[in-house]
Amino acid sequence: MYRYDDYDATLVRERIGEFRDQIERRIDGRLSEDEFKPLRLMNGVYLQLHAYMLRVAIPYGTLNGAQVRTLGQIARQYDRGYGHFTTRQNIQFNWPALTDVPAILEQLADVEMHAIQTSGNCIRNTTADPFSGAAADELEDGRPWAEIIRQWSSLHPEFTFLPRKFKVAVNGAAEDRAGLRVHDIGLQIVRDAAGESGFEVWVGGGQGRTPRLAVLTRDFLAPRDLLSYLTAVLRVYNQHGRRDNIYKARIKILVEALGTEAFIAEVEEEFEAIRESELRLSEAEIARIRAFFATPVIDNPAPLPEAGEPGFRHWLKRNRRAHKVTGLSSVVISLKPIGGTPGDASADQLELIADLTTRYGLDEIRVTPEQNLVLPHVRNEGLHAVWLALKASGLATPNAGLATDIVSCPGMDYCSLATARSIPIAQAITERLEATGLSEAAGAVTIKVDGCINACGHHHVANIGVLGLDKRGEEYYQITLGGAFGTDAAIGSIVGKGLAGDDVPAAIARILETYLELRSDNETFIDTLRRTGADAFKEAIYVAH
Amino acid sequence: MKAITANRLTDGRVIYRTADAEWSTDYNAAHALSDTEAETALAAAERDASIIVGPYLIELGETAPAGQKWRREGIRIDGPTSGTTRPSAPAHTRRAA
Repeated sequence: MYRYDDYDATLVRERIGEFRDQIERRIDGRLSEDEFKPLRLMNGVYLQLHAYMLRVAIPYGTLNGAQVRTLGQIARQYDRGYGHFTTRQNIQFNWPALTDVPAILEQLADVEMHAIQTSGNCIRNTTADPFSGAAADELEDGRPWAEIIRQWSSLHPEFTFLPRKFKVAVNGAAEDRAGLRVHDIGLQIVRDAAGESGFEVWVGGGQGRTPRLAVLTRDFLAPRDLLSYLTAVLRVYNQHGRRDNIYKARIKILVEALGTEAFIAEVEEEFEAIRESELRLSEAEIARIRAFFATPVIDNPAPLPEAGEPGFRHWLKRNRRAHKVTGLSSVVISLKPIGGTPGDASADQLELIADLTTRYGLDEIRVTPEQNLVLPHVRNEGLHAVWLALKASGLATPNAGLATDIVSCPGMDYCSLATARSIPIAQAITERLEATGLSEAAGAVTIKVDGCINACGHHHVANIGVLGLDKRGEEYYQITLGGAFGTDAAIGSIVGKGLAGDDVPAAIARILETYLELRSDNETFIDTLRRTGADAFKEAIYVAH
Repeated sequence: MKAITANRLTDGRVIYRTADAEWSTDYNAAHALSDTEAETALAAAERDASIIVGPYLIELGETAPAGQKWRREGIRIDGPTSGTTRPSAPAHTRRAA
């Protein structure tokens, strides 16, 4: 994985010093809250319901063991003993004191981490396939490109005050596990007829109150032109994006307002003007970054274990993924214990995971957009030991990709923007589906819960989405059906009136029971839904009403 | 009746304006204000900008916050209703009578 050079290290340390001074000036009154708020947001510090929240950047979701261990230490020392992994492959601490933030940032800097650009109207952390560099279906590792984007976009003077936040995703596999079509820019690595790799470029996707799927703006972009093209897109957005209405400020609104053809024409004009500028990536620079992400090589590859306890066999079936290198496997560490808080990991768990990462994972681990962790490179002979250790720490729930692998935003239990709670709904759903055996029976299905229309929990692109809203002081929940996150991306449709929170788990259970009745052969939930239409499920949702 | 709440600047904790114009983390210490007193008191509270962040008025019920935001304010008093740091005995996240 990428290691900081002197420039990176100096930049991060200088930024901590700057922010420490800004905090001191806020506390002694030299800075007002109006002056301070944008400064703290630029350093990842939000003020939520109960406390400050610090969002730490995890570039393209990649960590090493020492970094995970540090996150555990921060959770224990400065939080309430846990951290919360997000759908954007970052981690949030929900309880730090403002006065402790500089010390936290120093600890993070010791392991080459920071919280810069995890908030504000700038280019945020680049999303990547959490199985990058490991997946059997991968054309090319997307992380070198995500790292090039990170370096280009960090403290970029031209793009620090955009109309609104800006998110880029890179995917190098056949299956889109980065959510390209719901990002401001999505980059799919492809090969042209001559076998040269490049990017298919998607622009203008996003969720929130106006969910949109990105449109294809280029079917092939040469790698050397990546930064020129991104700059062209950002310049068109920076110039024409709306700043008068926060709800209409994202690039998706601009693409729609201009029309796809006119937007592409503007981008192409700017692109041609800067294509041969200093933004052009040299082969040497691409090779330099790629060298940090070499495919693992192992001696004496072992086959998959054929024996073992039933629990181990079941965990392998659900949580193991095929690796491109013979003798290695990728495993999903589920942060979705039944009835637990999706995405939470305790300090003890983080330290255990750090040990496993170092000992069994070639010192690499990933955060997924599904709020899980992935050990991408585990030798097959180490799988049983990893499972035993995870099991002892409550981290071996065999539900990766199942209905109980539920995604949830923090909701009103933490978030100052939320209109309803989401975590208790997610917990109740998982308990219901596990108790009834529906999670295992239904197989692959995505359920995502949001506590407001900002959709941090990605309910729009869930097969079954749950959106919490407020009606005269009471929570109610809209159900959406038919959303999809990846290659077959789709925005779910609201099926009808909202439900009380207590009624949601049973309604979800009835949706899955209906699927089991309607499915043919090996049809997945989303395939059945697309074949039958949502109306076939509507009666099941509202049967009790 | 109304009360004034905010977050404490240094650590973000939820605080309430007391009858002697101090700030307390104890909801029960919040000074109950009439509607006519509330705006004046809020303007005074806003001058504590070196101690607090974002003061605003909440509606009070008999034993818990009232009005449209009753649940949100109850969660601010008791803490999360679920999850890793759920309190053992939440008292203010039931709707006031």
